[in-house]
Amino acid sequence: MKQFQGRVIVPGTCKAEALVSHGGFNTLASYQMALMFGDKQVKCGDQNNADIYKQSMIGKALCLPMTIGSTTGGMVLYTVCALGKQPACMLFSMPIDSLAASGAILSDVWTDSKMPVVDMLGEDFLNYVQTGMTVTVGDGGLVTVE
Amino acid sequence: MNLTPEQQALLDGSEGEVMAKIVKTLVMYGDTFNARRMVPVTSNLGHTVISFGLEVMKPVYDLYDTLIAAGLPEGQKFTADPKPLDPKVPSTLLDDLVFKKIMYTQQKRYEEQMRRLGITSDDDYTCACYLDQVGNTPKKGDVLSWAESSAVVYANSVLGARCNRNSGMIELMGSIAGFVPEFGLLTDEGRKATWIVEVKCEKKPEAQLLGSAIGMKVMEEVPYVKGLDKWLGTELNDDAKTYLKDFGAATASNGAVGLYHIANLTPEAVEQGEALIAEGAKVYVIDDAELERVKANYPVIWKKPDAKPQLCFVGCPHMTLKQLQDWTEAVGDKLRQNGRDKVTVPTVFTAPIPVIREFEKTMDAYRLKKYGVVLSYICPLMYMNNPLCKSKAVITSSNKLRTYTSARYYTEAEILDIITGGRV
Repeated sequence: MKQFQGRVIVPGTCKAEALVSHGGFNTLASYQMALMFGDKQVKCGDQNNADIYKQSMIGKALCLPMTIGSTTGGMVLYTVCALGKQPACMLFSMPIDSLAASGAILSDVWTDSKMPVVDMLGEDFLNYVQTGMTVTVGDGGLVTVE
Repeated sequence: MNLTPEQQALLDGSEGEVMAKIVKTLVMYGDTFNARRMVPVTSNLGHTVISFGLEVMKPVYDLYDTLIAAGLPEGQKFTADPKPLDPKVPSTLLDDLVFKKIMYTQQKRYEEQMRRLGITSDDDYTCACYLDQVGNTPKKGDVLSWAESSAVVYANSVLGARCNRNSGMIELMGSIAGFVPEFGLLTDEGRKATWIVEVKCEKKPEAQLLGSAIGMKVMEEVPYVKGLDKWLGTELNDDAKTYLKDFGAATASNGAVGLYHIANLTPEAVEQGEALIAEGAKVYVIDDAELERVKANYPVIWKKPDAKPQLCFVGCPHMTLKQLQDWTEAVGDKLRQNGRDKVTVPTVFTAPIPVIREFEKTMDAYRLKKYGVVLSYICPLMYMNNPLCKSKAVITSSNKLRTYTSARYYTEAEILDIITGGRV
């Protein structure tokens, strides 16, 4: 068990199974097919992301360095949250990028979804956490991995 | 975040709940990046990246209905990215069925929303909104609330305007509120280069390949590029601006570059020179071998890697008038060399509607049509944004299109050879 302290972008607490992307998470590429075909498991459609390609993302603790790709990324994340298909939380090792921040904030302000977002968890976080581990997001950006 | 009394009143609901939520969104956005204040949007027009009415994006259009219903004070007018559909672009019956009945069922609804929210014209759907013929050309120092990575990087770098890499929806909210949080590329500090790129090529580097190499190396940081003025000169003329349009789109899509400086050419580099380079900047040297290495590493994700090309797109981002003229001449010359009258691969050139109108006044438009090339206002990226295209062998000279779709990248010279039957 190890704990990591990050910065709260969207407050909240949760406990979920980790899904880890070591490379940049392309929001549009990851969600587009799942949204288009109404995939209930919301499997990742980004064939360039071997870590999580074809894995279910809904309800998972999505652990990632940053998001990459199209500036539609924020609206895609907003849509995912508005449809109730979001991850349990998003945990960034790096400072959050502007597109992910937009999506997280739009979802928080304009939808009823709950998706805590924490950034700046550090490189050690992504080195330690592995897909399948249990992640608990506590108050104040404290993340426990076990 | 220090808000002015007027901004605080908006946040507190003086203009209603919807405007309060817009301001709350912008405040949270700014707080995330340690912005100290909001600054007024000073450009004449905004630009939105959302140009499509996708069935799966209904929540976005529902939110826009909320904005319209709130009867907000009239915000900044804006242009938008290119539309996803154009009947002139080759498609099968199945394509049409998927496009119209499954994917873009919200297109009419969205375009009506755009009219009500303030799009400048039904003709102003293009990613190259800054071209003279379109007229959404910010001035140096203007603060923008734009999204569309290729337009933002052009406005920052070539025009010297100031804009962050905003997401779709946030950009519209900035245009409605009339202010945006000041951070990142809106600040002098955020515009300093943290990478020095030394171009040491023996021949003029392909714009989209050089941009790709730099984007993948520096990601979201700011590069200061030396040695490119040897090929582009020191004047921002049509040729240089066209090159930088395509170069910048590749830096933004293959990485996440929002601003670059070109020594002796782009406005801030001309004014400030190497004072723009931050202490401790990293160095990346690019020569012909490095560009070859980058190109050779692009994955080919066609189902049959040796398939004969079925469709070619040129114009992502949209082409300029000069590019249309130059390509028309080049296609004609190559066809004559190869003893052919028409292109051998269905080919689509894309450009803004106002540019197409200008082009159609010239004999080149007649020639291009005679060569069998389709001229369209479509967004190639949105066209290919569907499962059917994954099984199509599409080729392109756009590194942006390559990045987001299954299209295969070739240099402009290679594309010219392929579409005129010189080689397969």
